[in-house]
Amino acid sequence: MNEHTYQHKPLQADPTSKSTQFWEGFAKGLPITIAAAPFGLLFGALAIDQGFSLFETVLMSAAIFGGASQMVGIELFGQHIPAWLIVFSIFAVNFRHVLYSAAVGRRIGHFKPLQAMLSYFVLTDPQYAETEKRAESGKVVTFIWYLGVATPIYVMWVLEAFIGGLFGNLITDTHALGIDMLLPIYFLGLVMGFRKRTNWAPIVITSAIASIIAAKTVGSPWHVSIGAIAGIFVAVILAKPEPAKEKR
Amino acid sequence: MSSIFWIIIAGAIATFLTRIGGHLVLSRFERLHPRVEAALNAVPAAVLTTLVAPAAANADWRGLVALGFAGLVALRFNALTMFLSGAAAIILLRQFF
Repeated sequence: MNEHTYQHKPLQADPTSKSTQFWEGFAKGLPITIAAAPFGLLFGALAIDQGFSLFETVLMSAAIFGGASQMVGIELFGQHIPAWLIVFSIFAVNFRHVLYSAAVGRRIGHFKPLQAMLSYFVLTDPQYAETEKRAESGKVVTFIWYLGVATPIYVMWVLEAFIGGLFGNLITDTHALGIDMLLPIYFLGLVMGFRKRTNWAPIVITSAIASIIAAKTVGSPWHVSIGAIAGIFVAVILAKPEPAKEKR
Repeated sequence: MSSIFWIIIAGAIATFLTRIGGHLVLSRFERLHPRVEAALNAVPAAVLTTLVAPAAANADWRGLVALGFAGLVALRFNALTMFLSGAAAIILLRQFF
């Protein structure tokens, strides 16, 4: 491959076979399924609690595939809030995906249209984090690899809604089991994973303060968008005008 | 079909729009300004922090200790070890203190 083709098709070639790529991705997706399992099961249990049928519970995990927004959705449903407001809240909680989508578009721009549609459908927080890490390590982000990451996460997530829905009533004391802290601990792990990036500390500190203030004033779920924008704003201000090293 | 069914379908469409929307808007630009690059690189830490900080602000002392412990574990070990350490810490603290 000469220099010319390399520049035009930088992401097409991968020396490893398709099955190797799939299992490399699968190995990244597997630990995520373990970390997400308590939330998938908890969602199933809580949804049944809120009056969802087992079919509706499983459908929500299969169609939305976004833990935090599903939790918000079933919580609001229990409070007799207008339908449009529930949908809007799901949208607001998932609004951060707009930013993932914009960022990941740089990594998967070479996917075919249908592959891309499917890839955006399964673009969750950990999927995004793994894709960024893969691209940063200089390896090729192929569709097969991407699918390898997404497959175990998606299959287990849907299965957990089913199992949680069947056996959910067995979990009685969620506070004693620390269920409320598992999601923050999990997200903190993802935040720590990015600590080598430029201006990580000022971004994280700004987002933390802004989101806490927003949560106490404007309220949930807007603290997510407000805190994120504050952190990104700091990154933009601190950015050096000239491009750093090579283009990522 | 029940109202729950339609809320789920509408929620799924809204979610898909957020997942494809950022790309559809940004792909219209040929080259990205360095500050836009900086903004995109800041996205994951900035967004994920907002899912941690308010929960930490509202947590009991056991939750804070578990979070802090997990954060320290993350400095040396992988994400799964970090998560399991944090989960073990919160369960033990809530059971015994």
